[in-house]
Amino acid sequence: MTDDERETQHLPAPSLWPIGFALGVACILVGLVISVPALIVGAIIALVFGFLWVRDLFVQHPVTSATDMAAAPATAPAVTEADLGSNVDRATFLSLATIGVGGLIGAAATLPPLGFAVLPSFMGEGVKTHDVDLGPISNFPENEYVIATYLENPDAGEVSRRTAFIRNNGRTEDGIPSFTAIYSRCVHLGCPVQPNGPIDEQAKKEVNGIELRPVLAASFGCPCHGGLYDSEGNRSAGPPVRSLDRFEFSIKDGNLILGRVFSVGNVDGTGAKARITKYYKAYPGVHVDGVEKWLYPIPTPGSTG
Amino acid sequence: MAKSGRKGYETAVLVPLDWVEERSGLVGYTKWFLFRKVPHDISWAQTLGAASLTAFIVQLITGVFLAMYYRPDPATAYASIQNITTEVTLGWLVRGMHKWGASVFIILMFLHMARVFLFGAYKYPRELNWIIGALILVLGMLEGFTGYLLPWDNTAYWATVVGINLNATAPFLGPFLAQFLQGGLNINPDTLPKFYALHMLLVPGGIMALIGLHLYLVVRLGVTSPTWSHTAAGRERPETAGPREGLIREPVAEGGES
Repeated sequence: MTDDERETQHLPAPSLWPIGFALGVACILVGLVISVPALIVGAIIALVFGFLWVRDLFVQHPVTSATDMAAAPATAPAVTEADLGSNVDRATFLSLATIGVGGLIGAAATLPPLGFAVLPSFMGEGVKTHDVDLGPISNFPENEYVIATYLENPDAGEVSRRTAFIRNNGRTEDGIPSFTAIYSRCVHLGCPVQPNGPIDEQAKKEVNGIELRPVLAASFGCPCHGGLYDSEGNRSAGPPVRSLDRFEFSIKDGNLILGRVFSVGNVDGTGAKARITKYYKAYPGVHVDGVEKWLYPIPTPGSTG
Repeated sequence: MAKSGRKGYETAVLVPLDWVEERSGLVGYTKWFLFRKVPHDISWAQTLGAASLTAFIVQLITGVFLAMYYRPDPATAYASIQNITTEVTLGWLVRGMHKWGASVFIILMFLHMARVFLFGAYKYPRELNWIIGALILVLGMLEGFTGYLLPWDNTAYWATVVGINLNATAPFLGPFLAQFLQGGLNINPDTLPKFYALHMLLVPGGIMALIGLHLYLVVRLGVTSPTWSHTAAGRERPETAGPREGLIREPVAEGGES
């Protein structure tokens, strides 16, 4: 911006009031010479037009240059205004039109890539949550944990390898088969939890590409940051914020089927008598109960379904 | 003889420069950028920013050439890294430069930050440059996070699992951030190319843009002299700067401040 432009912006807008004021003053001077009524008329004209002129200056001067430009056409002869049928002048209209059309083009160009960048993560794509068949129940001796590892999505390869710790609890008091099916993902930050106890490698079995290894697990420990869980998955030491996640399960044609993962607040009791507080599947480190659960009010899409 | 040599030099160097200057003004801008007045008592401490920039440029160049051999696919990523390290001529060197240079870049940024903090160089009128620098640091760490996954071995995988789940523990939007990073409910085959694209396109682009702003402000505001300095720092205050003082630190009076 040059100095010239700055100067012109501080000039008051064109106005008719000074001309009227000058006429009034001239009338006063003439009246002083020839007649009193002309003097009075001149005085009134000068006062009125002088007042309007000064008022105009006070209205226009304190405002900034931007609004000055907008205010100017109000007093100037408004040819362009009439053409447009509004109180927006040509330059303002073109500016707004450029911004508007440019904004539309920009939105058309950026919104699809932005949606493409963000939305696929939340549409449940690329995650196959089909049930996993672990084979006949007879593979699971009572009151003993079995490590089951399988590929959740064989197309995805080793990335989708998951591990579950399954324990046959016999039957509940109602005579329903009971299993404890713990997901190996540590609920601190997601490392793979290991069973603390000897693994019986001799009794290893392969069923439908699923590896089953019995283990005498008195507890579960996480190698990353020392989280420790008891045999029910309750936290007994370290940084985890809840109990280990579990799988829903069902029994179909005598086979044990693993379903969806759910999160567990706490487990009361053991084995078939355990009472489990169940929540939607939450990320590791996320509280599902207590006061802290209010920090995570919105479940992510896909975790509840 | 000497005179004609001088003339030859002028013809060979200055005439092309004048030609470029007349048509672009770039020679003037380059001089404005490079030939600046600095306080006489600056030391090696003030070179840490330029050192960080050099480390970043090393990362850029080595990264571009590593990208020619790396395959961001879960089935072949690890094998392609092994190929770079063991088969491609000088691959071990360039990959080593990129791997160790990443740590050097972060360390130099922290040292640079410490210098700016201890010298009070973040104060008026340089607050904005501190903020930009902090953003560069954040993006630099994001480069480290996304780059660490690329070898796709167990260390990389589980470190990324932990890193993503750390993000998930942030209140309110943490789980959404984690889900965005891993591109779904679990880490999946798309996560690796996603991290690769972030690592080599989006984040470096952001860092380059911010470095441009950072350098512009350094040149505009000048280098700060040490706090114990007896000479003024910074450029002459522009006449348009307004009534506020402070662009130039006033020299400390002899005998120090009381």
